[in-house]
Amino acid sequence: MEPFLLRAVLAGIGVAVVAAPLGSFIVWRRMAYFGDALSHAALLGVALGFATGISVNFGILGVCLAFALFLTALGAQRRLAQDTLLGIMAHSTLSLGLVVLALLQTMQVDLLSYLFGDILAVGTQDLYWIVGGGLVMLGLLAWIWRPLLAITVHEDLARVEGVPVARVKLVFMLMIAFVIAMAMKIVGVVLITSLLIIPAAAARRMARTPEGMAFGAVAVGVLSVLVGIGASLLVDVPTGPMIVVSAAGLFLISLALPQRA
Amino acid sequence: MPLTGAQTDTSLISLRDVGIGFAGRQVLSSVSLDLRRAEILTLIGPNGAGKTTLIKLALGLLEPQSGKIVRAPGINIGYVPQNLTVDAILPLTVGRFLTLAVKAGRQRVMEMLDMMGVERLYHSQVQAISGGELRRVLLARALLRDVDLLVLDEPMQGVDVVGQADLYRLLGRIRDERGCGILLVSHDLHLVMAATDQVVCLDHHICCQGAPASVSRDPEFLRIFGAEAARQLAVYAHDLSHDHTHAHDHEHGHDHGSEGEGR
Repeated sequence: MEPFLLRAVLAGIGVAVVAAPLGSFIVWRRMAYFGDALSHAALLGVALGFATGISVNFGILGVCLAFALFLTALGAQRRLAQDTLLGIMAHSTLSLGLVVLALLQTMQVDLLSYLFGDILAVGTQDLYWIVGGGLVMLGLLAWIWRPLLAITVHEDLARVEGVPVARVKLVFMLMIAFVIAMAMKIVGVVLITSLLIIPAAAARRMARTPEGMAFGAVAVGVLSVLVGIGASLLVDVPTGPMIVVSAAGLFLISLALPQRA
Repeated sequence: MPLTGAQTDTSLISLRDVGIGFAGRQVLSSVSLDLRRAEILTLIGPNGAGKTTLIKLALGLLEPQSGKIVRAPGINIGYVPQNLTVDAILPLTVGRFLTLAVKAGRQRVMEMLDMMGVERLYHSQVQAISGGELRRVLLARALLRDVDLLVLDEPMQGVDVVGQADLYRLLGRIRDERGCGILLVSHDLHLVMAATDQVVCLDHHICCQGAPASVSRDPEFLRIFGAEAARQLAVYAHDLSHDHTHAHDHEHGHDHGSEGEGR
């Protein structure tokens, strides 16, 4: 296998393995739109990363974290519905990112690769980020799994039972921000949410427990990455979108399967 | 487990002159009450009287704006919320649901479900069980944590009359066998008194409180619920005080029977 292809496959699998269980929580907690808004905001992070000369990854992380904290603070006021707030913030941060990038005309920025990903251009450095970051993410997820699940099922009940609700939710938000930074290179700003949500949704019918669904989602995610990369090489189409198309195909197939629970 | 006198005497939780309001509206004012071990306290009152707010204060989900709440140090509090709607997208068996709060082996989980009479639900999805079954599953989840104080918000909602009677008997058994204090909210006056030691009638403040029989004669109670309700309540309280020992014996006999069948 060509080295660039091997890197692409490993990076894709690395992201899928982390995105799938986290995406299951996004689906369970009805936060799909939140993930989408956060990934749009990530483009502002890219722009700021370039503008300040600090790494793009840190730019994305910084903006996503700020976005998540800002949203938590604004959401507490309850003046605006959450989806209105997200809609405003998603597209204003995306536009702001595009404006800042345009102002940096002197630099050559491949905008398309940030919007739709460029998995075949993944470098060794990126791979370290994904594998190292991915392992940390999986460790964190294992750590907050039970309390986060308890909060997802009934927040007040979890609080009475002694779960530090605010802290667990914050860690979860930070993890979403981190995974978005990780997945940016693979599928880009526009398609990240699909990598979080589609594998989880596709695994639903086969699962009887939350853990079963998360593992199923990992399988669907990895399969989508492999099929997507393979197909894009065969017929010469962009890889990121092809991965999402494969995931969507697997989701459609899952609808035909009998519901287990 | 036998209880010592000292344990029975101390309050699990006491509210002293507690008040709270939202958006300029006073919801509760100067509420004082005590709940001891092995005692069932039922909160009754009209809609919007502040019952759920009082429950949330007791659980520590809300902080009082005036007065204070004292909980016995180190007690475990269990909560049976009014509804639990688990999204269809989340696959969750009853067995897994019980271990969300504490790690427990399958055997212990089964034991708790068995005690609540719903062991057959172990593999069922949480979304697929009835309201009455859900209450029992929630009780099992609380008992798995060895709670000292159980708080139930309208546990009888969505449960048919037969199921309600069963649920009350179950609460009485939990009180007797485990010495838990139980605080519950109820709307309807039928059956409320079946296993209640103390009734608190709430309408933003405590209108009256005491044993079921005495509350039903209280003029404040009559004002809120009307004479007809009071007559029903008095009849119930009277019947139950007569029947109590019988019902108790019967319950025990039944228990042994079902245990025998199980083995």
